[in-house]
Amino acid sequence: MTAYLLKRLIIAALTLVLASMVVFAVMEILPGDPARLMLGLNASADQIEVLRNQMGLNAPLILRYLHWAGGLLSLDFGRSYTYSVPVIDLVRERVAVSLPLALIALALSTLIAIPVGVFSASRQGRAGDTLAMGAAQLGVAVPNFWFALMLIYLFAVWLRLVPAGGFPGWNAGIWVALKSLILPAVALALPQAAILGRVARSALIEVLNEDYIRTARAKGLPYHAVLWRHALRNAMIPVLTILGLQFAFLLAGTIIIENVFYLPGLGRLIFQAITQRDLIVVESIVMLLVAAVIVINLLVDFSYAIVDPRLRGRQ
Amino acid sequence: MSLLEIENLSLAIGATPILKGVELTITPGEVVGLVGESGSGKSMTALTIMRLLPHLARAEGRVTFDGIDILAATEDQMCALRGDDIGMVFQEPMTALNPVKTIGEQVAEGIRWHTKAGRAEAEDRARKILDRVGLPEAKFPLSRYPHELSGGQRQRVVIAIACALKPKLLIADEPTTALDVVLQAQILDLLRDLVRENRMGLLLISHDLAVVTEMADRLTILRHGEVTEAGDTARTLSQQQHPYTRELALASMHVPARPKPHLAGSAKPLLEVEGVGRDYPGRRKSLFRPAQPIRAVDDVSLTIGPAQSVALVGRSGCGKSTLARMILALDKPTAGTIRFRGEAITGKPEQALKPARRDMQVVFQDPYGSFDPRQKVEKLVAEPLHLLEKQPAAAERREMVAHALHEVGLGPRDMEKYPHEFSGGQRQRLSIARAIITRPKLVVADEPVSALDVSIRAQILDLFAELNQKLGIAYLFITHDLTVARAMADEVLVMHEGKIVERGRAADVLDHPRSEAAQALVAAAPDLHRAIARKMQEQG
Repeated sequence: MTAYLLKRLIIAALTLVLASMVVFAVMEILPGDPARLMLGLNASADQIEVLRNQMGLNAPLILRYLHWAGGLLSLDFGRSYTYSVPVIDLVRERVAVSLPLALIALALSTLIAIPVGVFSASRQGRAGDTLAMGAAQLGVAVPNFWFALMLIYLFAVWLRLVPAGGFPGWNAGIWVALKSLILPAVALALPQAAILGRVARSALIEVLNEDYIRTARAKGLPYHAVLWRHALRNAMIPVLTILGLQFAFLLAGTIIIENVFYLPGLGRLIFQAITQRDLIVVESIVMLLVAAVIVINLLVDFSYAIVDPRLRGRQ
Repeated sequence: MSLLEIENLSLAIGATPILKGVELTITPGEVVGLVGESGSGKSMTALTIMRLLPHLARAEGRVTFDGIDILAATEDQMCALRGDDIGMVFQEPMTALNPVKTIGEQVAEGIRWHTKAGRAEAEDRARKILDRVGLPEAKFPLSRYPHELSGGQRQRVVIAIACALKPKLLIADEPTTALDVVLQAQILDLLRDLVRENRMGLLLISHDLAVVTEMADRLTILRHGEVTEAGDTARTLSQQQHPYTRELALASMHVPARPKPHLAGSAKPLLEVEGVGRDYPGRRKSLFRPAQPIRAVDDVSLTIGPAQSVALVGRSGCGKSTLARMILALDKPTAGTIRFRGEAITGKPEQALKPARRDMQVVFQDPYGSFDPRQKVEKLVAEPLHLLEKQPAAAERREMVAHALHEVGLGPRDMEKYPHEFSGGQRQRLSIARAIITRPKLVVADEPVSALDVSIRAQILDLFAELNQKLGIAYLFITHDLTVARAMADEVLVMHEGKIVERGRAADVLDHPRSEAAQALVAAAPDLHRAIARKMQEQG
């Protein structure tokens, strides 16, 4: 067990290091001199050179990478060119919006997908299954921003239950703040739930044909008990795998959804930073997102070991 | 009064009739054998009693268990019966247990469900029944997972689940078919004892007449969903009144006519295996100490002469399949050399192995799994032809496939078919056709008949004998089934824990085994003659 976890941990750390190198290298290759950008069009070559030295842009590549990576480790991401504040301050504010959003969406998609998968699998080929999987097909096909607009129209404009956009901040009260996250979370979660629901259904159907399901039935357990107690846990492995893989898409989705809902989250920040060529901010947020995806996949690996005892003994 | 009474039971899945007017009764404490070939409806009869039939199945007739009309019972009533009054043991122990739950959980689950006992009490009872089936606490705590147990041990857990609540009726559907003969004998002993202790009725389903004869008081023979004969075991089998009963009995003792044995003699050996060993990396106990390798094959030497037929017998896990893979150059030995027609094949690059591969083919156990279902027979059988120096033209290729099919008793029109259009026996003929199309000198056959019904099995054994005669092919049969060894082999090698522990002429080894491993195999092997004789004696 510990060997398995240790190995996963080491792999995750190596992936993170590799990713940081790629991110750094890409930023180096991109055209555009940050010093020139900061000083504007009228700056002289000398001024630019002075600033470049100040910013450490003339140091050798390796040193600059180590300096940057070391900064990341101590949460010192550098200063934003455009906002002239430490990047960490910008990020901290935005994470307070984006992290709850992503987690709510993740939880919501799982909470929708698993029951739908169980429902469909237990009624394989019948009307309920066809209907649920038809809806899932629709969920996969419809882009989340369009879906978001429909949600705004229905719940914010028409029913006036929740705000159409913006974020009042956590100081305005937890419920008020959560209320403005509900629609974006639903818009993010539904396409995920659609994919996950389909995976859960097919995984369950496969498991339900296994011999040990028959053994459990022969013990006298009713069908639904066999489904929840024996089948579901075995079907979790493919579901968890897809959950981990889909998390990256969920994060990408937040960039779009935060723009649709005017949420001051990481997605909007990175979008603005890209248009303003604020490379240091882009770099930091990309690294943060990469770290988030790696951490989630590490958690998925850990949960494999919880679900499947066969993995615990293995190297 | 009978415990189970099946009257005029008919079953259809969709429009396909499966059972036609089946009759069967079991009284408490009685062992009834249900015998038949695959597809005869044995398992469907069992699943009808449990009411665990596939969706589209429709049953008619009457099934009465302990006064309850099974076909008319509600699902709740059935849930109360299953696992409590009727227990069931299945064929495949490797997949019959849930891999993510401990054996304790799985045994205790049924106890808790039916008796509403608390966790501690249920675990206590689970512990007792596991002890009873031969899984003592010291080695098999409740916290073990199925993957930590061997096939025989897992089957014991399945039996513990089925017998935990002392059911009135136990249904065992081919409980030992997936196990080697020694384990089979142990499991049958266990079932016999449990039945006696608890006065259970046992419905033992098997395709193996010898196993059923050893166990059953009465037997029912099923063919194409119909009962052909039923009655007292000893009388039915000694008198063999129904022609089908006679056919089954003859087929299960079938020995193909082989004019003269080929003994390794003056001729230059075809295959020489010298001091071959194979280590697998073992499981690491600690992060810092290197793992102890597991020695699957240990210093094995053997020779096979041209046209000689050799059987390699041993229990499952003794290393016989690993040895076969090395002979076929599908796996590399960690020690020793293998020479084929005088040339070493160990350590050669793939390209240099081509001539050897051409002259050495293989037939696998499972005729279902060894063909690509999306390819036609012509392509499947022609597969090994790529090993030839000169690739045959399309017409010549068809000619060769047709010829190979003819040799195994199939027609040229079968070339256009897909594998699913053939029965199990025909598929095994296809794999033999594929094996002989390059005119090999040696065919390695890994349990070639153990997945087949007795009558088909007799035909396939005849085919092997005929091809040996006609084409002079040498065989290496890998098997745990001594009747195959006796029927087919000139020489028998007994393998145990990676080593060859005994070798000699087939009759000598099988009639007078000297090593402990060989004696255990011979003693455990079911034998129809012996079983009938014993039954007759018991009844006086």
